[in-house]
Amino acid sequence: MNRQDTGIFLGVVVLLTAFPVAVSQVEAISHYLDVMIFVGIFSLITMGLSLLMGYAGQVSLGHAAFFGLGAYTSGILCVKLAVSPWLAMVSGALFTGAVAYAVGVPSLKLKGHYLAMATLGFGVIVTIVLNEEVEFTGGPSGLSDVPRLEILGVPIRGELEFYILVWSMVLLVLVFCLNVIHSRIGRALRSIHDSEVAADAMGVETARYKVMVFVLSAVLASLAGSLYAHYVRFLSPGSFDLLLSIKLVMMVVVGGMHSLWGALLGTWLLTFLGNEWLHVFKDFDILVYGAILLFVVMALPEGLVSVGPRLSHMWKRGRESEG
Amino acid sequence: MTHMETRHHQPGELLHVDSLEKSFGGIRALQGLTFGVPAGAIKAVIGPNGAGKTTLFNLVTGILLPTRGTISLNGKTITGRRPQMIARLGVSRTFQNVLIFGRMTVLENVMVGRHMRSRASLLSAGLRLPWMRREEQEIRARATERLDFVGLADRAKERAGNLPLGEQKLLEVARALATEPKILLLDEPAGGLNTRETERLAELIRRIRGQGITVVLVEHDMNLVMDVSDDIVVISFGQKIAEGKPREIKKHPAVIEAYLGEEGGYANAEGRRA
Repeated sequence: MNRQDTGIFLGVVVLLTAFPVAVSQVEAISHYLDVMIFVGIFSLITMGLSLLMGYAGQVSLGHAAFFGLGAYTSGILCVKLAVSPWLAMVSGALFTGAVAYAVGVPSLKLKGHYLAMATLGFGVIVTIVLNEEVEFTGGPSGLSDVPRLEILGVPIRGELEFYILVWSMVLLVLVFCLNVIHSRIGRALRSIHDSEVAADAMGVETARYKVMVFVLSAVLASLAGSLYAHYVRFLSPGSFDLLLSIKLVMMVVVGGMHSLWGALLGTWLLTFLGNEWLHVFKDFDILVYGAILLFVVMALPEGLVSVGPRLSHMWKRGRESEG
Repeated sequence: MTHMETRHHQPGELLHVDSLEKSFGGIRALQGLTFGVPAGAIKAVIGPNGAGKTTLFNLVTGILLPTRGTISLNGKTITGRRPQMIARLGVSRTFQNVLIFGRMTVLENVMVGRHMRSRASLLSAGLRLPWMRREEQEIRARATERLDFVGLADRAKERAGNLPLGEQKLLEVARALATEPKILLLDEPAGGLNTRETERLAELIRRIRGQGITVVLVEHDMNLVMDVSDDIVVISFGQKIAEGKPREIKKHPAVIEAYLGEEGGYANAEGRRA
């Protein structure tokens, strides 16, 4: 992390600490804590996607499927085989990582957007399997009674406890990803994005790094899925479909592809818009949602995170012209 | 002297290409090209536009696969190896159309050049383990040295895409040097540079050789070529038409004809350029 990142990080920690206190004071928004837990769960996925899209220059349309693989691995192992939730979470991550590797190796060897195609197909296959393998997944009627997570034998019951758990994980993953960006690996990824030919000539194993970041992002999505399974405690295939994959990509794009902070900002905004703020528009909420996305993509192609630097730039220029 | 006899690796040669041929569909970009580059030399490859010079560089660095023929480095064949492997074996290059990493800073560009000389894994980078931090400092120090070497140290923090063309070309050289190559391929380094910049480039090329690095230079600027090269190979329509010392090449009838297609010679070519 550089100095700027550290500053923003501390600011985010303060906001996250104040958030539960603030919403508990106002009855009308006390359920925002629940929404914020979902923001945290999705943030785990979008941070990985941001590395993949903004730094390695590849798009995945299958991250809802990796999210689902994690959720169902946790769900099935805990419900059917009574495995401990943490062990199930790790198993899910390993399994999903292996699947992502198998999908990623052939499609990332090719130049161009073959990964988007492969993951699109992969996502559809996963949805079908979740629907059809009724014996394991419960099929369309879902998998219920997923047990709670426990820490040292104490089950995590309350929303506040889950909020703390999820956001601690988000912050740890955030620090990890920021560290990666400011390392030889992050530079290798960014170099691939700018010029793959030049990266090759510098000895960067481009295909290997693309696969690596793709697998990392899938593992993060799987961890998010396990958390989701233990929080919602009910899984159905519809929660992990193509629409969610597209929403996840949109979160990253709206926030700003080339920044992890953008991924967090986009996830926060779109989750609150989708789950809360657009309900006043009743059936028209999807139109408003679409209009917002359209506006951001057309007016701010670098995403919402570019607003701050732009304003400060305009402010500086304004002062210079006055002086 | 259109058809070259096959020569094998000579002692003291760092790079050797033998009967190299490359076809794109029906077009033969290179045919039967054989020449060697002695270790420690500055060798220029010249020829009219479309002669196959950049194709030659792309073959040597593994971006393209030859249709026929072999390329060897230090007597070992490197034909068919992937670009990353060839880079690891000590071949680095710059690009005619300048391929810098535009969104990264100048220093970060050169730090990418240290990639294959460093080893931190995803895990040790993400956790910022102590040895990874030390390696990171080492990368930064070495990259700064190379920037200093080409005279861009004061630009370190700027976004590389914002540099003027001349400085972007120097940045490519610094980045290539950061890989610690045995041999450096420069593809038209003087293209787009003014006279003063070109003079400084000549001096830089000599300093690079002074570090024990062999240089192969593809260049249209004849003043620069005649000034710095020990040896010149001339290709036209994918074939070698001459090879020798600068003063031999200046007078070589085949070269004069390839460049001008008429009597007049190098002196006229120079006059036209000016």
